[in-house]
Formats: sequence, C-alpha cells, structure tokens
Amino acid sequence: MDSNHQSNYKLNKTEKKFLRKQIKARHTLLRHEGIETVSYATQSLVVANGGLGNSVSRSQLLPALEKCGLVDALLMPPNKPYSFVRYRTADEAKKAYITLNGKEIVDDLGQKIILYLNFVEKAQWKELGLQALPPGLMVVEEIISSEDEKMLLESVNWTEDMDNQNVQKSLKHRRVKHFGYEFHYENNNVDKDKPLPGGLPDIWDSILEKWLKEGLIKHKPDQLTVNQYEPGHGIPAHIDTHSAFEDEIVSLSLGSEIVMDFKHPDGVTVPVMLPRRSLLVMTGESRYLWTHGITPRKFDTVQASKGHKSGIITSDVGDLTLSKRGIRTSFTLRKVRQTPCNCSYPVVCDSQMKATPPSFPGSAREASQLEQEYVHRVYEEIAGHFSSTRHTPWPRVVDFLKALPSGSLVADVGCGNGKYLGINKELYMIGYDRSQNLVDICRERHFQAVIGDALAVPLRSGSCDACISIAVIHHFSTAERRVAALRELVRLLRPGGTALIYVWAMEQEYNKKKSKYLRENRISQGKEEISSGAVVPESLTEQVPDVGNQDAAGCVAAITDLQEGGGHASTVTKAKLPVHTNRTSFHSQDLLVPWHHHGKPGKDKAVGAAGPRDPGPVFHRYYHVFCEGELEAACQTLGHVRLLQSYYDQGNWSINNNKAKPEKLQMPTAVE
Amino acid sequence: MKLLTHNLLSSHVRGVGPRGFPLRLQATEVRINPVEFNPDFVARMIPKVEWAALLEAADTLHLVEVPKGPIEGYEHDEKFLRQMHHVLLEVDVLEGTLQCPESGRLFPISRGIPNMLLSDEETET
Repeated sequence: MDSNHQSNYKLNKTEKKFLRKQIKARHTLLRHEGIETVSYATQSLVVANGGLGNSVSRSQLLPALEKCGLVDALLMPPNKPYSFVRYRTADEAKKAYITLNGKEIVDDLGQKIILYLNFVEKAQWKELGLQALPPGLMVVEEIISSEDEKMLLESVNWTEDMDNQNVQKSLKHRRVKHFGYEFHYENNNVDKDKPLPGGLPDIWDSILEKWLKEGLIKHKPDQLTVNQYEPGHGIPAHIDTHSAFEDEIVSLSLGSEIVMDFKHPDGVTVPVMLPRRSLLVMTGESRYLWTHGITPRKFDTVQASKGHKSGIITSDVGDLTLSKRGIRTSFTLRKVRQTPCNCSYPVVCDSQMKATPPSFPGSAREASQLEQEYVHRVYEEIAGHFSSTRHTPWPRVVDFLKALPSGSLVADVGCGNGKYLGINKELYMIGYDRSQNLVDICRERHFQAVIGDALAVPLRSGSCDACISIAVIHHFSTAERRVAALRELVRLLRPGGTALIYVWAMEQEYNKKKSKYLRENRISQGKEEISSGAVVPESLTEQVPDVGNQDAAGCVAAITDLQEGGGHASTVTKAKLPVHTNRTSFHSQDLLVPWHHHGKPGKDKAVGAAGPRDPGPVFHRYYHVFCEGELEAACQTLGHVRLLQSYYDQGNWSINNNKAKPEKLQMPTAVE
Repeated sequence: MKLLTHNLLSSHVRGVGPRGFPLRLQATEVRINPVEFNPDFVARMIPKVEWAALLEAADTLHLVEVPKGPIEGYEHDEKFLRQMHHVLLEVDVLEGTLQCPESGRLFPISRGIPNMLLSDEETET
C-alpha cells in the first residue's frame, strides 16, 4: 500500500482498471460539473460516487474518511453523485487518496459503490442564491393528533373495487383517489357539472370547520384528492390548473415526511420539508406561479442537524444527509372554481391564455411572434429539464468537430446547453442561443456563450473557420427565415470555412429503416417516455423520419411558393398548426411538437406500475420538418456555397457546406 | 467573456453593417481565470486577432504588458505567446456593457454573458 513503491513495480490489471476509472471520473467531473481536479496533493479531495445523489449518506462516508485523518469539512451537495472532503493537512488527504481510491463502500440501498478520489484546489460548493419560502406558502406542523392521523389513514380504503364511485387510479408513480369531483388527468381539470355522489367523507366536516375557525383556510374545500406515495414514487412538477380550482390549496401529509420541490419560472428551486402530520397551505404566488412536485426517489436530502423540521432545506452542504422515505399519504383539499381565473399571472393562467391554436404565419411579424411564443419562450421554460435530457452529443457532429484543425474558431449557433462546446479542446468555440437559461448552463460549464439570435448572430463577418447549427433551423417558421438563418451562417464563415447543419427530417423511415425516434416508441411502450440512462438521451425531440418516398421536388416547390408569398400563400395562412404525437410519423411539415415536462425521470424503473401516464405541464414547440432535398435546395439559393456532403442521420437531414473561396467578393451577402 | 470572444463580437443593429465592430467595452467586474498555456493554440489565434479592437479593450481594462501587435517569429517567442495567452484567454469580463460604435446601442454583460439580443425593430431585415 505504500505509494512510494508504486512506481517501482508494474501495475497489475486491477490497478490499471482503477486508474482508468479514476481518470474517467476526473474527466466526467470536469465536463459535466466544471470541477477541476489537480495532479498534486492538496488538503481537499472530490469523492466521485460518494454523494447524496448516489444514495451515500453522511453517516456512511464520514467514518471511512475519518479513518485516514482529521476531517475538517465534508461537503455533500444535494442530488450530486460526489462530495468534497477537506482534511487538516495535505498528508492526511494523501493518505485518503491512497487508501480509499477504488475502495468499495455499501450505500443506503445495500449496493456496493466504488469511490474514486481526486485532489482539488479547494473544497467548495456554490450556494444557489438566497432561499426563502415561496410567497404565499405556509407549513403548519402538528396540525392533527396521531389518533386523527390513524383514523384518517384508515378511512381510505385502497382495496375497494375499481368501479367505485370515488374514482381510484394507480398512476405510474403513485396511487390516487378522488372525492367530491373527479380530477381528470387528461386535461388536468374537473368536470364541474358532474360532482361525485357523497361529496367529501363525513370525517372531514369537523376538521375543516376547525381549520376555518382557526383561520388556516378561508374557504371550505369541496374536492379531495388522496395520493399515496411509496418510497421511490413522485409527482411531476406542476401548477394546479388555474381555471379548475380557487386560490387556496391545502395538503395534509400523513404517514411519513417528504421533501417537495417548489420552482419559480426563473429557475429558482426551493426544496421544502413537509413533516408528518403537517399541513401545507398554498395561496397567491405559490399557488399560481410556482410549480410543485416530488422527485421520485427513495431518499430525501434533509438537514442533518436535529431540531430542524418543516421549511426549507438550505443549501448548507456541511449539514445535509439522507432520510429514507416511508409511505406517505397526502390529502389535498381544493375548492372547485366556478368562474374563470383572473389571477395576476397570465403567463401561466389557462383562463387568460389565448384559446385558439396558433396559425401558420402569414407575415414576417407573425412568424417572429410564433417563434417567440412557441420556440423561445418554451425553451426558456423547459431549459433545465431539456438540458438534463441532452447530455450525449451526436457522434457525427463530434466527428466533424474533432476533424477540424487545431486553433479553429467555431460558432455553435443555437448551442442549447453547450454539449458540443467542450468536445474538442483544440478549438475556440463560442455558443449562441436565444435562451438565457440555456446560456446560463453553458456558462456554468465554463464555456464561452452569448445570448443572441440565429438571424443576427453577433459576430463579425468572415471570422469563423467553422460553424455548426444542430437542430435549430427547423424552428424558423417561414422559408424566408430558414434561408436567412442559413445565409447568416455562411456570412460568419471565412472563405473556405465549413458549416455543419442538422435539421429534423420529415422522413422518419429511410431506406426502410425506422429512425431511433420511431424505434424508441416500440421499445419503450408502457415504460417511461423519457428514459434516464445513457441509451436514449435524445429521445424526445431530435431524432426523426416516415414518409418513405416523399417526393423531394414537391417540397422544394413549396418553398418557392412561400417565397413568392402574396396571394397564393394566403390559403395556407389560415391553417391551424397540427399538434404532433410524439414518436409517430409526421403528417405535416409544419407542426407543434409537445414537450412533456416530467419531473426528473427516476432511476427506479421498478416503480413503473402500468397505470396512466403521470400528468405534467405540456409545452408546444413549433417545428418545420424538412423533406429530402429541401435543405440542399435552400442552401443553393445562397451564393458562394459548395455542398460538401448531405446525409441522413437518425431522422435528421444534415449538410456540410463549404464557403467558396471568392475572388470577387469580400462580404458574401448571399445572392437570391 | 474572454477578450478573444470580444474580439469577434459585432453589433447587428439595423443599418450599421460592418461598422458594428468593434464593440466598446466597459467593465465593472473582471476576473482572471487561469487557463492552461498551450503555445501552439495561442500562436494559431494570433493571425485571427483584430489588433486595434484588442488593444482598445485591453486599454479599457488597464491591462499591462499587452503586445502592440504580432512580432517577428512570434510562433516561437514564449514571452509574447504567454502575454497573448493571458490577455486573450485568461481575462474574463463578468459584469459590464458593450456598446455599438455606430448606433450607440448598449448590450449588457451579466455574470460573464453578453446579451446581444435585439428587438425585431432593431434588426436588419
């Protein structure tokens, strides 16, 4: 075990394996988390796999660490698969590095986990802004006695027949039962004309009277939903439909405590501990604007210090540990709303949102508005969730970037969460995206990123050796704007520079082969729609094709029609955009693709009971899917461009353009 | 925002054309982020740099020891390359503004991110 001897003998196979894994851990930490490790001994180590996100708790890790020396601090950030430890001296840290690297410990689930340690300059964790309870939110502890708790829990009969009047369902991640009115998960609303016979169980009368008298609630609820969550269950982040219920929503937690995550549209997340026998009261902003949800998992990250009960789980990473979940039954009481909602949060209010689906844009202004609402705003809203499902770069894009000469300047226009920005360290890459939230994610990963528009990329002309535009141009809603976006990419290129462009293809089946996008459907029927593993990371959107022999010429003609615009286009203009069914073939080139905003897809596959899908907010993104030949045709309308390669890759059309070396022009403003 | 990024950025307010470059930099918070020195990489950046823009930006930030331009045989001049490495890649503007030299439009830099978005009315059509 003496490290001084290490260099004197050849590493055996196991040691080599550990070394490889340790290096891999180092790369992963840098790439995904921006944590830089160092190759010399310091006081501090990052412990890969030894994190709360990996079901390793403080009480398991600390003793192992303490065997190697005096631990100054152990920082365990919530939901992360690693932690930081600081020893009093570098020697002690070095001892831990030697002793614990590649060592197994048993996690809270009884599984063996191998630790990989690397030195870091500093054990630190950035606090995620200030934390305060969402406005209008209140948690009242010990609202009922243990006797009442027992009585209420026993009052719910989960074994009744399914045809019972009090509709009972087993959702994918929990069991649920409704009283007063049935809640329909298809439209997230209640049928106000069809109250369930019997109303609320009698047992509630006295309890509600008491709460009213104490001023905890102002209105008497007439709808009750009982949810039962076993460890590992959860509910996706959602806002209760505004038009369905009045302002005040209360929820009683029985059986076990749980951590509920509240999230503001700006991205602030506040985890709130709901102790056993407490009442959660949501009013105002917390009811109307913040989403709430429960992450499906078996352990919650909670405050380690005793005495801390309800309220916020702070990000004091020196005081966090894991708490094993028990069976929690929640009783959510709401009052059905009889008039449209007139809250002050129109952006998230279904009563105040335009009821009509968007039409195909008739003018540049309408196109811009459509994209604003059905592309930019949606990405802003789903940025975090979107990013969490977009970690695997597409291999052919990687190949393109890796093949570029060292020292190339590269623009990634529509860079999303920046998954291509760090592929090749020999390039200088700058990412551009419309979405502030996505650019923030890039910056957190220490990439150069700028908020900008693909129609006016804020770069000087001819400055780039290469550009990539991956799954971006299909979000422009007119042919002119798609061509303009291509022209903008070409403008950035120096003479001889190359651009790689990917768009979603209309054809979801090519050469008789179904795309991954369609195939996923078959494989995953009855399972999670978004799988979490590395196997299907791109599932929801970008893979595409099924029109088979679609005549490319027909599509090109369509472009021409639109470009000439005017009278002819007006017949198209009125058409409402169809909503696409995910993982099916396309029936229209212009369409809205739903994004189901799930909670974090749980790692726990076993939980998936075959019930109806959990509801979560649905966002619609506008897409124009490209026919075979359409992207090439659009590029040919630009001058000074040579098509290097055009190919079909898992449901996407891709081209590789090369800017001609022009003798005649300096600034190739493209020729129409 | 690194100064190499600044050296590439340009404003696209309607009608300014190529006169949207260079953007005038005003910084209220700057950080030096150590980056591993790669002499070959830096050498390849040198011909791509717009020197006037770089010198102006470096001057605004009161940076010292900034080379005034490429020197003979810079590819093998470690001192020169190290100085360029520092100014192009290690200086990180966290807070401040960028101003279009032609239209005067101000673009904010916040937490290291320039926001170059324009309204529909401001963009070139």
